[in-house]
Amino acid sequence: MKKRKERIDRGIKVRSTDIFALSSWREMIYLALPRLLPIVGCLMLPIVLGVYWQKVLLSVAVFALLAISWDILAQTGMVSLGQALFFGVGAYCAGVLNHYWGVSPFITIPVAAIAGGLICTLFLLPVLRLRGIYFSMVTLIIPIMLVRIIEATKIFGGTEGLSGMTPLPSKWVEIYLIMGVLLTVLFCFRRMLDSDYGLVLKGISDNDRSVINAGINIYWFKVQSLFIAGSIGAFSGAFMTHVYMFVGMPVFVLDYSILPIAAAVVGGPGTLAGATLGAFLLVPMSEALRGFGGLRIVLYGVFLVVFIVALPEGIFHYIQRKYHQFERWVEVEK
Amino acid sequence: MSDTQLLKVDNLSKSFGGVRALHHVSFDLKPGELLGVIGPNGSGKTTLVNLITRFVKPTSGTVWFKGKKISHLPPYKIVRLGVARTFQMVKPFYNLPAFKNMIISLYSPRMKQLAGGRYGDRDAVALDLLEEVGFERDAHVAYKLAGALPQGYLKRLELAKAIALEPDLFILDELFSGLSLAEVASIVPIIEKMRIAGKAIIMIEHRLKELFRIADRVIVMNYGEKIADGTSKDVMESEAVKSAYLGTEAD
Repeated sequence: MKKRKERIDRGIKVRSTDIFALSSWREMIYLALPRLLPIVGCLMLPIVLGVYWQKVLLSVAVFALLAISWDILAQTGMVSLGQALFFGVGAYCAGVLNHYWGVSPFITIPVAAIAGGLICTLFLLPVLRLRGIYFSMVTLIIPIMLVRIIEATKIFGGTEGLSGMTPLPSKWVEIYLIMGVLLTVLFCFRRMLDSDYGLVLKGISDNDRSVINAGINIYWFKVQSLFIAGSIGAFSGAFMTHVYMFVGMPVFVLDYSILPIAAAVVGGPGTLAGATLGAFLLVPMSEALRGFGGLRIVLYGVFLVVFIVALPEGIFHYIQRKYHQFERWVEVEK
Repeated sequence: MSDTQLLKVDNLSKSFGGVRALHHVSFDLKPGELLGVIGPNGSGKTTLVNLITRFVKPTSGTVWFKGKKISHLPPYKIVRLGVARTFQMVKPFYNLPAFKNMIISLYSPRMKQLAGGRYGDRDAVALDLLEEVGFERDAHVAYKLAGALPQGYLKRLELAKAIALEPDLFILDELFSGLSLAEVASIVPIIEKMRIAGKAIIMIEHRLKELFRIADRVIVMNYGEKIADGTSKDVMESEAVKSAYLGTEAD
């Protein structure tokens, strides 16, 4: 007698999401919990944590935003290996505005987010027609190229970078600004991906010919997705410029490209929430492992492998499945 | 070109490197006509479709649609003019319900261009369209995951996606392949209905029996060339066609 695992939606899921007939507190909590938990968590964490971990939280949020930006691009069929491009361009936009013209951070950050998104879109416009690994290679190369250009031409402070940026008024403004943006971006773009518009984006990655066949100009949609992802990345770069009060060549380092991908893959791609969750796991883990000195990166790598092997679907997908469905073994004939 | 022609293909050729996939193919099509395209494997049928819809760039030759040259336009613009095709390989979103698979077609700018086109709630329109192609509403087939549907339904889904665009010319690339006789029989009335509505249809087919029954005219391809063009009966009796399918007799 063979057995097969069967997955069935929980009754409470059907009542509260598909039929939407809320009749008890339990059902309301069931529906609200997945939304409230991250909101309350993100708003409470800064109060609970000490000064050191507050700093870590900033970098968690930045990597979460980069991972979300990666995930949006990946959903549209563009696998980017160069989130550092978005981060760096945003960082330099804010840095230049603040350093040369003394513009307030509350203006440089939004301006850098929009302008950064536009610049990144322009950079990648010529390669939009490339697919798969060819597109990825170009995204990997552009940030490396930009570093060399800055080094060789000595523009924007050359290898020294630009320092003495205006900081944000207080660490509370810093931390709640980034947390607020992270939550807004997470919920808004999750909603976007679930909408019909999001379905068209996913269609481009899944089967672009069938999308073209609907008379849709996929390149225009790719540009939009690129701009959205670029702006999110550029925002995080601009934000960090004002936190570090410095912008220089390190903004283009590979970490900003690779870690977001690891976060999205470990957390579960395609949901944005998974990408965020991944960043909330990986960044603090990397900090916690600091005590191991040289072995840190080894342990970090081992954890990554364990996660990916044990939960190839991603942590978020796993949690989501357990939350909405129960499993049972059923007997199969023969 | 005259007013009665909907589509005119003139001397269309395509070479991939040294391989001649299509060689100086010309034909035209009237509104409401059902044209069958047959030929052995590798004879250039699908290439012909790809060239008309410009998923592949022609090496030479031109295509006119409604008196307008379309062979230089990008594929999405050709669709917007009113040419819809189905693909030989159906590749729906397997993890979405069937009706959600219609959304991309309903998102098309073509829907916005058409006066009196279908507007409003996309989900409702999708369900209506699927009912038209035989997704039984009472059995809630349209709500099933596309991955759980048999091939016959997937082909009909593909057809519904094309119908959603309200085109004037349908190009159906091997719609019947991989289907049972009963499934084919259930699709034929949908095609007949499209033709009665005055749509022109090009059908690429391997299922000759079913095709000959409904086609007004048949083109036969072999080695990238058009070797016959006429009614089903003429084509069936043509020597060139027999030799293409059965091989020439050795002397």
